[in-house]
Amino acid sequence: MLELLSYTFMQRALIAGALIGALCAVIGVYVVLKGLSFIGAGIAHASFGGVALGFLLGVNPVLTAVVFCLLTAWGIGLVSRKGQIKEDTAVGIFFASTMALGILLIGLMRGYNVDLFGYLFGSILAVTPQDVWVTIGLGAAVLGVVGLLFKELLFITFDPEMAEVTGVPAGKLYFLLLSLIAVTVVVSIKVVGIILVSALIVTPAAAAYQLTEDFRRMMALSVVFGVGSTVGGLLLSYWLNTASGATIVLLATLAFFVAAMCSPRRRRRPALQRV
Amino acid sequence: MENEPIILLEHVTVTYQDLVALEDVSLSVPPGAFLAIIGPNGAGKTTLLKTILGLLRPVRGTVRVFGKAPWELDGRRQRIGYVPQVMSVDLNFPVRAGEVVLMGRYGRIGLFRRPSAADRQAALRAMERVGIADLADRPIARLSGGQRQRVFLARALANEPDLLLLDEPTTGVDVAATESLYELLRGLHDEGITILVVSHDVGVVAAYVDMVACVNRRLVAHGRPDEVGGNVLSCMYGPEAMLFGHGPVSHMVVVPSGSSESPQVSPPESR
Ligand SMILES: Nc1ncnc2c1ncn2[C@@H]1O[C@H](COP(=O)(O)OP(=O)(O)OP(=O)(O)O)[C@@H](O)[C@H]1O
Ligand SMILES: [Mg+2]
Repeated sequence: MLELLSYTFMQRALIAGALIGALCAVIGVYVVLKGLSFIGAGIAHASFGGVALGFLLGVNPVLTAVVFCLLTAWGIGLVSRKGQIKEDTAVGIFFASTMALGILLIGLMRGYNVDLFGYLFGSILAVTPQDVWVTIGLGAAVLGVVGLLFKELLFITFDPEMAEVTGVPAGKLYFLLLSLIAVTVVVSIKVVGIILVSALIVTPAAAAYQLTEDFRRMMALSVVFGVGSTVGGLLLSYWLNTASGATIVLLATLAFFVAAMCSPRRRRRPALQRV
Repeated sequence: MENEPIILLEHVTVTYQDLVALEDVSLSVPPGAFLAIIGPNGAGKTTLLKTILGLLRPVRGTVRVFGKAPWELDGRRQRIGYVPQVMSVDLNFPVRAGEVVLMGRYGRIGLFRRPSAADRQAALRAMERVGIADLADRPIARLSGGQRQRVFLARALANEPDLLLLDEPTTGVDVAATESLYELLRGLHDEGITILVVSHDVGVVAAYVDMVACVNRRLVAHGRPDEVGGNVLSCMYGPEAMLFGHGPVSHMVVVPSGSSESPQVSPPESR
């Protein structure tokens, strides 16, 4: 164990993993309670197009992915707020088209790019010092915004109409929330990969939801599950020699099922509804 | 200035895509009024409240609240309290009643700031007023329907509103609680708060309010409860409804002719 922690690559992986676990867990609370899981998955897949574009242009893929994800998030928000198309239809369209764009862009590149594969499935052991700093910087920014607008984000998640009526700018805050999801996704893809990042956002929060009826406690529990899954998953994946992203997500899923079994929500439900 | 209407709607038409929910509605509510809005399901009552609140914009006509378009109110918006129709939020949301009531003040507290002691005081006072101070720590998922309605009323009151809009606040509430709610509203009205309440309890409401507006896509009737009388019934149950009035308004009996959907109370001699 101690020997393992003396490897610098492992230290970096654990620091980045713990940060991302906490970040995804916090944002996940809003995603789960506001029913934005599908939007989260859509934004995650959009990052594929952004990463591919970065490789093609020779710029840092994280940068292009941030731009790509933000534009997608705002696009989904705009289209669904206009009400002409249902939200999940909008996501369905963006989901596939940005992915397709990514595949098209890869086709334009000469030769096969191994790094790109790392973005798809996550390669936490290849986390560079620069990645750690980017994670710390963007992660702190997202958490700072959540801290500053904590009461407003709670209000628009619970009851956006009432928020709007009492003078809270619910519409703008909704776009801000979508932006926070987008940044969280991009920060996290290096560790768990594009395909699994939405699971790391949704699962710890969903597990926490099973165990409490208090908002702050749900967020705290979500962070415990999130950090526990990433750190535990990393160590496990090292010992078992398995893929890190998949191990992390499966560990989080295990935590979810245990939480669901112990859930007071489940106990309170009438026997008839119990499956 | 004193007599400038607090709410003014002129030829307002509101649509959802191609469905016309309100058509050519004109309504003027003076400050200090206690107005009941009645009408059958799907008549556009909720739509009317949301239009006044600026949550929906009319395709035609003008809306003025406190003399301004509702979406331009901004700072003064803080003076409106709203109690939405039940089931407008996720009832399993992990939040406690006290926090929900405090939310009523989030707008006036402003971005980036934490609630002050005065804000918590106001929330507590509102809860005491509606009789739920002991439920502050209860998660909303564990409240009864009537208790939950009072939490949402307390949230509206926590903002110390000048204008209070309630959308069917007594749905699923027992008779005693309905009476006590209207007594509470009467008290608020006596303090000078302008109140609009959407209701199906025509009889009960008539005893408390000083104006009734009958909505069925259009504004069918508008006036003092005793003036509106028979029109109220035709608004609720269609034009052929007949009115049997024995004494006060709260004893009205409806005999619909034809429509099988309407509630029927047959006069004894027809047996
Ligand atoms: N979001 C919406 N999208 C489309 N149509 C809607 C929407 N909300 C309401 N409607 C339609 O507009 C009409 C008026 O609805 P509204 O909710 O205002 O009625 P209501 O008088 O409040 O009815 P109830 O007594 O059942 O609450 C109805 O025909 C309804 O189907
Ligand atoms: Mg309604």
